[in-house]
Amino acid sequence: MSTQPPQHEHEESPADGVDDAESTPPAQQRREDAKADKRSRDAQRQAEADDAAKRDEPTRHIKVFRYDPEIEGKQEPRFDDFHVPFEKGMTVLDALIYARDQYDPSLTFRHSCRQAVCGSDAFFVNGDQRLGCKTQLSELDDPVRIEPLPHQEVVKDLVVDMDHFYEEMEAVDPYFDPDETPDGELEEQRQSRENREKVKMSTRCIWCGACFSSCNIAAGDNQYLGPAALNKAYRFAMDDREGESRKTERLETIEQEHGVWRCQTQFSCTNVCPKDIPLTEHIQELKREAVKKNLKFW
Amino acid sequence: MYEHDVIVVGAGGAGLRAAIAADEAGADVAIVSKLHPVRSHTGAAEGGINAALRDADSWEDHAYDTMKGSDYLGDAPAIETLCQDSPYEVIQLEHWGMAFSREEDGRVSQRPFGGLSFPRTTYAGAETGHQLLHTLYEQLVKRGIQVYDEWYVMNLAVTDEERPEDRHCHGVVAYDVQTSEVAGFKARDGVILATGGPGQAFDHTTNAVSCTGDGQAMAYRAGVPLEDMEFIQFHPTTLPSTGVLISEGVRGEGGILYNEEGERFMYERGYANNDGELASRDVVSRAELTEVNEGRGIEDEYVHLDMRHLGEDRIMDRLENILHLAEDFEGADGIEEPMPVKPGQHYAMGGIETDENGETCVGGLYAAGECACASVHGANRLGGNALPELIVLGKRAGYHAAGKEIEEAKVETGKRGEYETATIDSPVELGEGGSPGDAVADGGAVAAGGSADPDTLLEQTVESERQRVDELQSGEDGIHHSEVRSKVQETMTDHVNVFREEEGLKQALRDIREARDEYENVRVMDPSKTFNTDLLQTIETQNLLDLAEAITVGALARKEFRGAHWRAEAQERKDDEWLKHTLLSWNDGSPELWYRPVILEGENKTYEPKVRSY
Ligand SMILES: Cc1cc2nc3c(=O)[nH]c(=O)nc-3n(C[C@H](O)[C@H](O)[C@H](O)COP(=O)(O)OP(=O)(O)OC[C@H]3O[C@@H](n4cnc5c(N)ncnc54)[C@H](O)[C@@H]3O)c2cc1C
Ligand code: SF4
Ligand code: FES
Repeated sequence: MSTQPPQHEHEESPADGVDDAESTPPAQQRREDAKADKRSRDAQRQAEADDAAKRDEPTRHIKVFRYDPEIEGKQEPRFDDFHVPFEKGMTVLDALIYARDQYDPSLTFRHSCRQAVCGSDAFFVNGDQRLGCKTQLSELDDPVRIEPLPHQEVVKDLVVDMDHFYEEMEAVDPYFDPDETPDGELEEQRQSRENREKVKMSTRCIWCGACFSSCNIAAGDNQYLGPAALNKAYRFAMDDREGESRKTERLETIEQEHGVWRCQTQFSCTNVCPKDIPLTEHIQELKREAVKKNLKFW
Repeated sequence: MYEHDVIVVGAGGAGLRAAIAADEAGADVAIVSKLHPVRSHTGAAEGGINAALRDADSWEDHAYDTMKGSDYLGDAPAIETLCQDSPYEVIQLEHWGMAFSREEDGRVSQRPFGGLSFPRTTYAGAETGHQLLHTLYEQLVKRGIQVYDEWYVMNLAVTDEERPEDRHCHGVVAYDVQTSEVAGFKARDGVILATGGPGQAFDHTTNAVSCTGDGQAMAYRAGVPLEDMEFIQFHPTTLPSTGVLISEGVRGEGGILYNEEGERFMYERGYANNDGELASRDVVSRAELTEVNEGRGIEDEYVHLDMRHLGEDRIMDRLENILHLAEDFEGADGIEEPMPVKPGQHYAMGGIETDENGETCVGGLYAAGECACASVHGANRLGGNALPELIVLGKRAGYHAAGKEIEEAKVETGKRGEYETATIDSPVELGEGGSPGDAVADGGAVAAGGSADPDTLLEQTVESERQRVDELQSGEDGIHHSEVRSKVQETMTDHVNVFREEEGLKQALRDIREARDEYENVRVMDPSKTFNTDLLQTIETQNLLDLAEAITVGALARKEFRGAHWRAEAQERKDDEWLKHTLLSWNDGSPELWYRPVILEGENKTYEPKVRSY
């Protein structure tokens, strides 16, 4: 199935002026011109794409998952094919933007920063969880299959419901909460470089959900906190500024039934994390800390 | 209808800080944001946050540097507030657990930054904005502050008295992206806009696709003037295909710029014989564009930034993150080849006119962060001065909106105090330009009675926004917003870039006029009521039209060279004539230009304009 013809349907319909446009002929004329202009540009674009294909200039083939619960023809999930002219440096996100802006404006996906900091565009690309903006097309084989993150409910096309992920993140008291704060308004808490280094990688999480989606355990146990939330807990539990009593509470939280002990060290989360956070290692370390604490109490 | 004491629009650094402050002051506050908070573009900031923390430093020095950097177009009371409060706000972030880089003794690290007389830039690795954003969001979660995320604010509910200074804002109307519900959010005490910058008015920018200046356009149409919009900072080293920023660090470490002929043009073509690659951002940007315009660019588009000679060890040690950026976003290997770079839009100094407490001239309406203009940056922002603005002015706006007592502002807003009116020398009609247009599709003025009670006003605004959505999605034929948007972005990049000359600016106004007329026939192609990004972008495009026009009008009016604004016809700063802010009022569809003198009188001294040389 293909949405390839870039000629939009509406363009075939006669250009009947809309509502009050008739009362302002010059403006309408401008609009008519603009439309004619656009038609010719669209045709030109199509011709260029065809030409490029003929001349054997590189185009890339992407296959994109489509679904919309209330649009006829999209209620049954399907894949649409788009052929996108390739330029050096082009990412999966660039290809999606091109397909949307040039071929099908209803193609829907989250994206914002285009530089791997906002965490909006984790997709399932040729079978891996990856950020669209951080994945060069040149690394991938054609056709590039782009699907929404597995194990999450699809809202539309590549957009998934993130609520469950957010709930897990928020279940670990994801905020700094020290036993005590300095009295002086301008007095900072000291933190050693080593300690800052220890939590550094864990603070890099951009909440993209790739790890969570890749995790078999999370897929099977709906209440499992998951790698990102456990990493968040690690970030605070290991921060010396918080103090021992808070640390103990944190370890109790992550030690519960759906916490660290569920992790079977499969490393899938670590492999997909676009920020290179050693998630499995962090979870293992939390396990060790929890054991140490328990030993103390027994 | 939803109802809270304070409604904050936007959840970047400014919005989050404002919400926390309003909460601390005892208000029932909620955030309405088109993105989930952690997706906000504050997360992209790398460099740092300026704060005079050390004994050898002082807020006075920070203020002096900022005023000088602003090329004497910042207002002293706003600048001094920023510099006085910044140390407290930075330490507050530290108390909230922000992972700052540390000194050997465990204190927060600071480093030198361009234009600063003391190394006062605090930072967290190369990801200061990310750390700041997440730290603030964590505190939001801790306080249980409500967030309506993926709700797009379409308009403000503002009464329609003749003078904007007599109007009042009672809330906002937003569109639920997941379900397409249009709902009113009543604000009993105040609305704070924290919607970020308008970078998407240009086709090449370091800003996110969400940076469409929505709050600025909404405030403008509600009667709040836009201030100093012509001042746009361009960054000389951004990756050509995405606009991702390659920091000054590369040139600081010895990176060299080459043109297509392999010339080290900063020296060989005489752009900066002393400083070379390390000349100020605007000088380097203009040099690069001159090379490209004169046919010495690579692929007629960019120049090369080469760091290969630094050697792999030094690169890995000091510039590793740059290697990843070039590889991930441009497919270039900085160890093996030079990296392509070109200038890109980076930051908007101007914005919604506010005082140093974030208040606008419309009652109950506030603005903070990049969308606002207090004005602390004047004609040019110093690196590391935007993030402090978010937390300092965000907090003050939050307090003020929640009714907490703070000092009275010294900066005037609206047509009060001293100001002078002016005429605009435009080749085409501006704003709604006399064409009757379609007020609904345009999101035009709210048709509410000036005396309407808040509930009725909100209901009426909701109704008109519902109609606007229906209108945009109905009809058979129409132009797609992306055509209109590209037209605006292209003309802005061609004519309102680092080079600005009279005829080009006029051409931009003609193109924007044409784009406005086309927009009247815009149509959303996606009929869906679920996550309709086509609809949202169509509305954003309308906002960009207003902002592009405002930027260009300011650029055309200001016949001098000050800070980031360069004019071919007048290549010097003219203090006799131009020590004043540009203000543009929507004026019910026929934009009106006026000026207000800059305030150079500070708390204890008057800042004397000096030549801005470094
Ligand atoms: C690459 C880069 C590097 C930078 N580095 C530095 C630095 O080192 N130091 C420094 O001081 N400054 C830096 N800056 C500048 C600084 O980061 C920004 O000015 C600042 O983060 C803007 O924050 P904000 O809160 O105003 O807006 P944003 O963070 O952009 O947030 C805007 C918010 O408004 C919401 N929003 C927008 N429109 C709507 C709407 N219609 N309805 C509902 N919600 C809406 C969005 O969802 C978002 O939550 C940098 C900027 C860039 C781009
Ligand atoms: S840990 Fe990594 S993969 Fe998981 S949400 Fe955070 S950034 Fe994404
Ligand atoms: S677009 Fe922000 S992470 Fe990819």
